[in-house]
Amino acid sequence: MRADLEIIQHWIPAGSRVLDLGCGNGELLAWLREHKQVSGYGLEIDPDNIAHCIERGVNVIQQDLDQGLGNFASDSFDVVVMTQALQAVHYPDRILDEMLRVGKTCIITFPNFGHWRCRWYLASKGRMPVSDFLPYTWYNTPNIHFCTFKDFEALCHQRQLRVLDRLAVDRQHRHSTASRLWPNLLGEIGIYRISRV
Amino acid sequence: MPAVFPADSVGLVSPQRLAFQQPLALACGRQLDSYELVIETYGQLNSQASNAVLICHALSGHHHAAGYHSVDERKPGWWDSCIGPGKPIDTNKFFVVSLNNLGGCNGSTGPSSLNPATGKPYGADFPVITVEDWVNSQARLADHLGIHQWAAVVGGSLGGMQALQWSISYPERLRHCVCIASAPKLSAQNIAFNEVARQAILSDPDYHEGRFQELGTIPKRGLMLARMVGHITYLSDDAMGEKFGRERKSATHNYDLHSVEFQVESYLRYQGEEFSGRFDANTYLLMTKALDYFDPAAAHEGDLARTLSVAQADFCVLSFTTDWRFSPARSQEIVNALMAAKKNVCYLDIDAPQGHDAFLLPIPRYLQAFSAYMQRIEV
Repeated sequence: MRADLEIIQHWIPAGSRVLDLGCGNGELLAWLREHKQVSGYGLEIDPDNIAHCIERGVNVIQQDLDQGLGNFASDSFDVVVMTQALQAVHYPDRILDEMLRVGKTCIITFPNFGHWRCRWYLASKGRMPVSDFLPYTWYNTPNIHFCTFKDFEALCHQRQLRVLDRLAVDRQHRHSTASRLWPNLLGEIGIYRISRV
Repeated sequence: MPAVFPADSVGLVSPQRLAFQQPLALACGRQLDSYELVIETYGQLNSQASNAVLICHALSGHHHAAGYHSVDERKPGWWDSCIGPGKPIDTNKFFVVSLNNLGGCNGSTGPSSLNPATGKPYGADFPVITVEDWVNSQARLADHLGIHQWAAVVGGSLGGMQALQWSISYPERLRHCVCIASAPKLSAQNIAFNEVARQAILSDPDYHEGRFQELGTIPKRGLMLARMVGHITYLSDDAMGEKFGRERKSATHNYDLHSVEFQVESYLRYQGEEFSGRFDANTYLLMTKALDYFDPAAAHEGDLARTLSVAQADFCVLSFTTDWRFSPARSQEIVNALMAAKKNVCYLDIDAPQGHDAFLLPIPRYLQAFSAYMQRIEV
């Protein structure tokens, strides 16, 4: 299983109802159904990914996250998951509100723009960072709302959300004492579990 | 004419006629004492009878869904793009049953059949049949074929409504429900289109209050007009633009009020003409009524999620981006209700320029998703 999903699955209780926003090929939901009797739905817009989900029997719904989650009732899921999509939606703050309306807890992962490599790239070259991990140039990137861990936590604070768990990992999803101490500098990906207060 | 049938065709097929003697009570309060259904089957029923798939047809459909009736037949069955060896509804795996619905005009008992009580064609006296009635008659058909539970009930448009109704009327008798380019009920605009089609037929002097068959006439103009209106709504603006644009039959305008000048006019007239020669006017009226009446949620104060809460099947809902007769939003109503009722459901809105007709066409994305869903069905 994808390394970030392996970390996330520990935070999802057995038998819970899960909504996975941008569920990709359905890997997480398929695994959770097999091993943790988890039920729920995945939202996805890529037709190939949707076909993969259908093949593996994952409940996949074609839905654009930028249209919101108005079709889901409040508190209808135990956990709402969104991996590596926060930076690609039009209104990250609104989707966050929606996730916490629909779900009791939320798990969100996103790339940290405060990582030292990004800072160094911008400081030394004076240009927007491009790397293997974030390979797009500024004009063709789907990632339109980059943030740092500090930015994200400021938003959580402003929205009065509670951060239940936080993990700063590198691109192989390893974490260390150093990344725990200086997450905003050394963490490449943030994995957060949040809830309403 | 295919000299050799394509490898992915079910090949030569022939319809069967089945007689049902047990009276069928209908939603309208009347009953049919006995009736006949014409069906076709493709593939083999396995020993546990667990691989049967029911195909429900749309407004102008019938039992001939796949293959050829003879080597001289110009075109295969109406859903040949999706039924056959290796196709989404794979006849190597499934035993496929396709019927002409009650009230139809392709061999099953309908307005053009003889009324045993009078010895004359039923005409407009044929009872109005609803989607629920069709599903009840299809359940009798399943009994007759020894099929306790369908692996899947599949349909597009009005056929999708029947598939949905199956999951409500007989929840334990299907494992999967595939509902394509359909809706949980018609909108006012949709009913309005149907009403225009009905008025075209009813106002044709040759309609004779539905007794045209006895009098040896056909309300050809009315049927033609009904089909022309219908046909426009089955295509998207882009699809029509692509096919005809403003192309004309001659280089210059005729400057008269009566001639056919644009290709699109000629096409619609041809479609209407062809249709009026093969379709029964009373059946057309009946089918549009069945569409208008369909509203399973009405029994639960319009709460579709509550209506679908009895369902036990898994669902696959498909729509097409440019379909404005049964728009994606209507399919999404079904999907949202299913999710609210905590049912298993997959939904894909296929990007296709062809409009409502897309569900009949071999569109790669469509076939890919449809195949993926059908392949995961255990038999």
